[in-house]
Amino acid sequence: MTSVAHQKLQTGSRAAVIFKDLVSRPSGSIGLSLVIFHVGLALISPLVVPFDYKLQNSALMLSQPNAIHWLGSDHLGRDVFSRTLMGGREALLVTGVATPLAVIWGGFVGIMFGLVGGRVDEVLMRIVDAFLSLPWILKMLVLIVTFGTGIEVLIPTLAFFYGIPVIRIARAATHDVIARDFVWAAKARGHGRVSIIWRELLPNVLDTLMVEGAMRWSWMLLAFSSLSFLGFGVSPPTPDWGLMISDARGFMSFAPWGVIGPVIALSSLIIGINLTADALAKALGIDRAQKAPM
Amino acid sequence: MSKQPFISVKDLSVGYNSRSGSTIEVLRNVSLDINRGESIGLVGESGSGKSTLALAAMGYFKRGLRALAGSAHFDEIDVLALNRDELQKIRGGRLALIPQNSGQSLTPTMRIGQQINEALQLHSKVNARQFQSRVIELLAQVRLPDPTALITRYPHELSGGQQQRVAIAMALAGEPDALLLDEPTTGLDVTTQAHILELLRELAQKRNMAMLYVSHDLGAISRVCDRVVVMYAGEIVLTGTARQVLLAPRHPYAHGLLTSIPRLNQTSLPLALDGRPPMPGEAINGCAFADRCALVDEKCRTTPPDLHPIPSGENVRCFKSDMISDMPALNVKAGQRNSARPDAESAALGLESLAISYEKKDWLSSLLTPGATPRPATVDAINIKIQRGETLGLVGESGSGKSTILKAIAGLISPREGVLTLHDDIILTPRVEDRPAPTLRQIQLIFQNPDDSLNPRHTVAQILAQPLRLYYSLSGSALHDASADLLERVRLGAHYLDRLPSQLSGGEKQRVAIARAFAAEPEIVLCDEVTSALDVSVQAAVLDLLDELKTQQGTTYIFVSHDLAVVKAISDRVAVLYQGRLCEIGPADAVYKAPFHPYTDVLLGAVLEPDPDIAPILSADDVVELSPPARGCCFQRRCPRKLGDICDHETPPVRELADGHVIRCHVPASDL
Ligand SMILES: Nc1ncnc2c1ncn2[C@@H]1O[C@H](COP(=O)(O)OP(=O)(O)OP(=O)(O)O)[C@@H](O)[C@H]1O
Ligand code: SF4
Ligand code: SF4
Ligand SMILES: [Mg+2]
Repeated sequence: MTSVAHQKLQTGSRAAVIFKDLVSRPSGSIGLSLVIFHVGLALISPLVVPFDYKLQNSALMLSQPNAIHWLGSDHLGRDVFSRTLMGGREALLVTGVATPLAVIWGGFVGIMFGLVGGRVDEVLMRIVDAFLSLPWILKMLVLIVTFGTGIEVLIPTLAFFYGIPVIRIARAATHDVIARDFVWAAKARGHGRVSIIWRELLPNVLDTLMVEGAMRWSWMLLAFSSLSFLGFGVSPPTPDWGLMISDARGFMSFAPWGVIGPVIALSSLIIGINLTADALAKALGIDRAQKAPM
Repeated sequence: MSKQPFISVKDLSVGYNSRSGSTIEVLRNVSLDINRGESIGLVGESGSGKSTLALAAMGYFKRGLRALAGSAHFDEIDVLALNRDELQKIRGGRLALIPQNSGQSLTPTMRIGQQINEALQLHSKVNARQFQSRVIELLAQVRLPDPTALITRYPHELSGGQQQRVAIAMALAGEPDALLLDEPTTGLDVTTQAHILELLRELAQKRNMAMLYVSHDLGAISRVCDRVVVMYAGEIVLTGTARQVLLAPRHPYAHGLLTSIPRLNQTSLPLALDGRPPMPGEAINGCAFADRCALVDEKCRTTPPDLHPIPSGENVRCFKSDMISDMPALNVKAGQRNSARPDAESAALGLESLAISYEKKDWLSSLLTPGATPRPATVDAINIKIQRGETLGLVGESGSGKSTILKAIAGLISPREGVLTLHDDIILTPRVEDRPAPTLRQIQLIFQNPDDSLNPRHTVAQILAQPLRLYYSLSGSALHDASADLLERVRLGAHYLDRLPSQLSGGEKQRVAIARAFAAEPEIVLCDEVTSALDVSVQAAVLDLLDELKTQQGTTYIFVSHDLAVVKAISDRVAVLYQGRLCEIGPADAVYKAPFHPYTDVLLGAVLEPDPDIAPILSADDVVELSPPARGCCFQRRCPRKLGDICDHETPPVRELADGHVIRCHVPASDL
């Protein structure tokens, strides 16, 4: 059966077509709603939170959820609901900047490796592989311990480490595309190298990179929260889900409400991103089956 | 109750739900019976539903498809009622499927023996201790050489034909009662294909299996099938014995399909079957074939014909099955090749002692193994002069270096030795980057698979704009007009400009690729298997188009193909290659007539004609050689006429027989 038979002729720009396809899938619409909800919340939460996230009230230490403090309060008597609403701001800011940076540098280097090819490419990829085989948390801890925490360290660190697996993906995608006949056809016509990269290669590799970027984002969020959990991410009293979970962990047995809010918030965001990435891959027609996490 | 046929499909309709919620039928009311020991061929254009029917017969549906009505039974088991596990038990066991490219879908990291072992574990009752001997037995059954040694090999260490044999051996592991084959030989070389088909034929007879053979290749069908079922737009339009359907088809579509096949005894282009089939879901009031039918009348457009028996025994879905004799006869001089004769005076392109090697001069390995003699070049000693306006056909099996030569001409690989000349006086620089713009424009390349040669992210307008911008700096409305004009010339229209390749059919894609090449107004067009990925009816139309463009512009073609009949239909002169060496070259008529080079003889013998009376002659093995021999004749390892030592040690002389007919063989021409 030809693909034509199934496909109605599409109208409008490709972006519009893909967006339509994306939201027409249940995973796409649910995922995208979750992501938009979280991003929106991060933007407006300072204006809507019922309580000041820093406000400590020793009288309310670890009090149960009630009509005023919907999710109870933490060990310092701060309102957990307000802190949960605000707890994603830092994470979204850091990963929102670091993800595009990672995709850009990793993508650029990967495409270069793919274009160079041959022995050089092989040797360089061995180095990348060796690097990837180290546990990521170890690599990041070394850097953060050396240079300190704070956004100005976290963003480049995350962008650097999460760009490395992107190299692999971009290189593989480049290899796939440059072996195809339309690239040979462009060469045979006598198009210059830049024109071939720009017109023939990039549009095809970008699809893969977009999906990869969405994936990296969710892994990066998890990594960021883990760093906070370990005490290397956001510094108190700024609210952050990872940090909140870490703080409330000790009181889990008798005050479990401290972790419920941040856990739901963090997982719903990560699930949202993953669902979106999945639907995006399908809308773009990319097989994402064998892409493993870092 | 009378016993049902072994495989029985009754009034089956299959469809899917479109995005808009309506149900779209892909198969309508199809019935098919197959008895044990019988083999049925299922033919039709791509999209006609042949694979869907074959899969449905074993209770399998591609994602999204489902049975809407009807039934399918296998040995009286209702396969549509079985659940997944129960189906799994039957499939691969009693009912085996050999899909297209199944040879290539072997697990690359697993040894052959292991893979067959696994199939045995899953599908046979053989005792685990006897696996080893059973594996060897199976490999011997598909006539693979030296099975004991073979089991330790990996798939990539086998040739395409051998891989396909392993896939067949795996399918036989469960001792199936029925075999379902979906294009099992498509993509294989002519010689390999002929061997595999003979094997299947024998196996089916020996094991008394029911066989359903899906293919668009009527030549293959004619070898293995007793009965043939022709499908069109999701319906059966003709069933009959192979002889009835292939020699005297009683349906206009089957007739058209057969006339569109180029044949060895023809010297002209086959007749094209114009138009395209209706898409699933498209409203059809009368006969689905009405828009393309030469016999159509008012009744056909308003009343759908039934599938009904006719006196000679076939079942036909047509009102005018008794009028087929009014259509042009099969198998005779049909379409006319109208292109002008080549101009013998002026050369378009010269290849002088061309040698090409993929082996890189690697400083590391030359350091490690100093003095190692380089392996023989992939392509060697090619001397051909191509006249202006001539079509040179280049034939040979896969790996014979046909594409390599084209790439060298296009400047995509640098030859190791030799000179390429344009118009006798311009020497082509080896690398495309060094060629001046006017030379670049003169030579254009069209590839085999338009899916691969058109950037999936570019619209037709963008695709055509590339050469128009590059060579003629067109932009704005001039660009649009030139693109629209090109589309008209390849018989598409300006309304195709905004489409993406995924929104075109295979034939349309190839037309766009042709338009892109002709945008440069080239003098020489290199065609690499340009019709191999297309249906026969579409192939005829594309050949016709190429011929028309050539007549208009006096273009010179180098036409590469593994299909000898296609090459004969379009070429003025034909060169036969084996392992990158020229075996024979000459005017098309002379090459296809005795005296033959032994290799040409083998190739021609293996051609499958859509005629049950013409059996292929298998005079040489179908082993695939990975590299040419270092000395002597390139064909020495497979040659059925080999003389002995002289063939092993001495390069055969270039012997010219008559005007331009050259054969390179030690056997004197009078004996060939
Ligand atoms: N990039 C490459 N590197 C090394 N060897 C190659 C390369 N491309 C082709 N070859 C080898 O060169 C030989 C000729 O290949 P070529 O593609 O020219 O054959 P062909 O006649 O076009 O075959 P087909 O009918 O399968 O297209 C083969 O042995 C092939 O394995
Ligand atoms: S029914 Fe009419 S249109 Fe259909 S195939 Fe027969 S003659 Fe042609
Ligand atoms: S030279 Fe010898 S091996 Fe080669 S084709 Fe002739 S007979 Fe066969
Ligand atoms: Mg080829």
